[in-house]
Amino acid sequence: MSILINKDTKVIVQGITGATGLFHTKQAVEYGTNIVGGVTPGKGGTEVEGIPVFDTVTDAVAKTGANASVIYVPPPFAADAIMEAADAGIELVITITEGIPVTDMIKVKRYLEGKQTRLIGPNCPGVITPEECKIGIMPGYIHKKGHVGVVSRSGTLTYEAVHQLSTEGIGQSTAVGIGGDPVNGTNFIDVLKLFNEDEDTYAVIMIGEIGGTAEEEAAEWIKANMKKPVVGFIGGQTAPPGKRMGHAGAIISGGKGTAAEKIKTLQNCGVKVAETPAVMGETLISVLKEQGIYEKCVTHKK
Amino acid sequence: MNIHEYQGKEILRSYGVAVPNGKVAYSVDEAVEAAKSLGTAVTVVKAQIHAGGRGKAGGVKVAKNLEEVRTYADEILGKTLVTHQTGPEGKEVKRLLIEEGCDIQSEYYIGLVVDRAADRIVMMGSEEGGTEIEEVAEKTPEKIFKEVVDPVVGLMPYQARRLAFNINIPKDLVREAVKFMMGLYQVFVDKDCSIAEINPLVTTGDGKVMALDAKLNFDSNALYRQKDVLEYRDLDEEDPKEIEASKFDLSYISLDGNIGCMVNGAGLAMATMDIIKHYNGDPANFLDVGGGATKEKVTEAFKIILSDENVKGIYVNIFGGIMKCDVIAEGVVAATKEVGLEIPLVVRLEGTNVDLGKKILEESGLDITAADSMADGAEKIVSLVKA
Repeated sequence: MSILINKDTKVIVQGITGATGLFHTKQAVEYGTNIVGGVTPGKGGTEVEGIPVFDTVTDAVAKTGANASVIYVPPPFAADAIMEAADAGIELVITITEGIPVTDMIKVKRYLEGKQTRLIGPNCPGVITPEECKIGIMPGYIHKKGHVGVVSRSGTLTYEAVHQLSTEGIGQSTAVGIGGDPVNGTNFIDVLKLFNEDEDTYAVIMIGEIGGTAEEEAAEWIKANMKKPVVGFIGGQTAPPGKRMGHAGAIISGGKGTAAEKIKTLQNCGVKVAETPAVMGETLISVLKEQGIYEKCVTHKK
Repeated sequence: MNIHEYQGKEILRSYGVAVPNGKVAYSVDEAVEAAKSLGTAVTVVKAQIHAGGRGKAGGVKVAKNLEEVRTYADEILGKTLVTHQTGPEGKEVKRLLIEEGCDIQSEYYIGLVVDRAADRIVMMGSEEGGTEIEEVAEKTPEKIFKEVVDPVVGLMPYQARRLAFNINIPKDLVREAVKFMMGLYQVFVDKDCSIAEINPLVTTGDGKVMALDAKLNFDSNALYRQKDVLEYRDLDEEDPKEIEASKFDLSYISLDGNIGCMVNGAGLAMATMDIIKHYNGDPANFLDVGGGATKEKVTEAFKIILSDENVKGIYVNIFGGIMKCDVIAEGVVAATKEVGLEIPLVVRLEGTNVDLGKKILEESGLDITAADSMADGAEKIVSLVKA
């Protein structure tokens, strides 16, 4: 088991003929992801890497039965692409594109209300269920199949956490990058709920960063609902206020969104927080041991 | 992206949002000329810098005649203002806004922001104008009123009316206030603002509702479709190193410390700053080279880091995912050779082709300290810089 995606997920790639889309499509196919088609308006009827290309998402869904889509189209066209996927009935839309205007995302969120589609991202590395399905730009080989769920606002910091876990023989059920934008499709709580219900996930590591209050809200939710141990890390403890730290969402403004505030709230809600990014894995392992589930979580040799 | 107050007011004026008459001046003579053409009894001389708190720092003066305009303009132009938003080094004033004085009756606050929890634009209002809204929020949260905007229909007049009544705008001026708010919302969405703050919004003796100050920030992701906003960019207000970095699509933020950082990914870059601080070091910058860093990009990043005179050591922390470690290693070696490195350099590589990357660094014959992990690298650079 896992969350969101598995070996049966049928994926289409929106923007498959662009350089980024094509590169990551090849990587995903190599990993074993079931890529059933691609969409590039005007290139319908052609093929890339043996994968059929369609003009519209509706066409692609009709011909392939796809239930997930990954979006690599450039920022000016990304909002439109997300809405097209939702309109075609795609259940899971993962948007990798970085740099979508926030007012576009506000419209997208409104559009998705009442629809069955779940959006992950934008500006995220994607989702991976190790050894089954990789949708996004993360390096597949660092992941190992197992029982720890990973959810994060940052890409490379997620790799860092996953690497620390895999090196210690702790595999992952699913790793989800929710992205670094202020308005995104899926938040920490959405993913925590899924991990909470997933039989194969025994513990969760949640990686947040400065900006907004999503971590605080997640902390309160964990305290009230989470049946499994959660370990946290917050990036940006030394970031000055008013400066945007790369991600559009990573900014301390009006005294809100500081790392100190987030860490305090998490700890108050029973979430152990890794002191430095170098001990995210170690901190999780210490909690697994405290809870007596360490042995169950060791899935590989060190 | 930030713009000046006078530029913000130009945009507002073009949307029919009431602002006082005023002109920008780059010299004392221009300031006097502007005041003359305004022809009002009282003129306000306002320093134009990208920071709040100008009044308290002596950057806003009320002049009663042209002589005073000359005196104040002369005093403020070229002055370095230090406010709570400029940092201790302050900002030099190069432009003035010469504006007509108004007969202020009351001051209010109106602001538009993106509410991340609601995923919507929110208009906030308060009758506590003129003070920092964060302060109001903390001390008297009941004095802040909010209207959440549905993007399908935009801000509705009933919402603006409700807000105007809630913040106690005089009844006979509510119509004017509604017109003001509707216009401000239109500016926000049309121009892709990330913040539009009017503090204070004032009512005047002659029955007007207008923006005495205007702070507009813009979503940098949307600048590709806001060419006219981009025209307002004032490079004097930005860090030259940050400007240079943006040319090469590098995300760079200048900080106060002495350890230069080069990292891939924003989250890891932030975390790298944190871990340096954890080992009692001080990061000189935030620098994300991005996922597709090439040899050229790495070289440029090095040059920018080294252009900061405070930098006494460099820490390169790379988790190569799609990006391969050997490519990064080659970039580091080439950059080091090109720019001639005389300070300690610690490199931590992990991920795709890591062994090949390490080998390239080793065989380069350069004085590069290799690190086994993120923590190891941070410890090493901190001790090297202190040595």
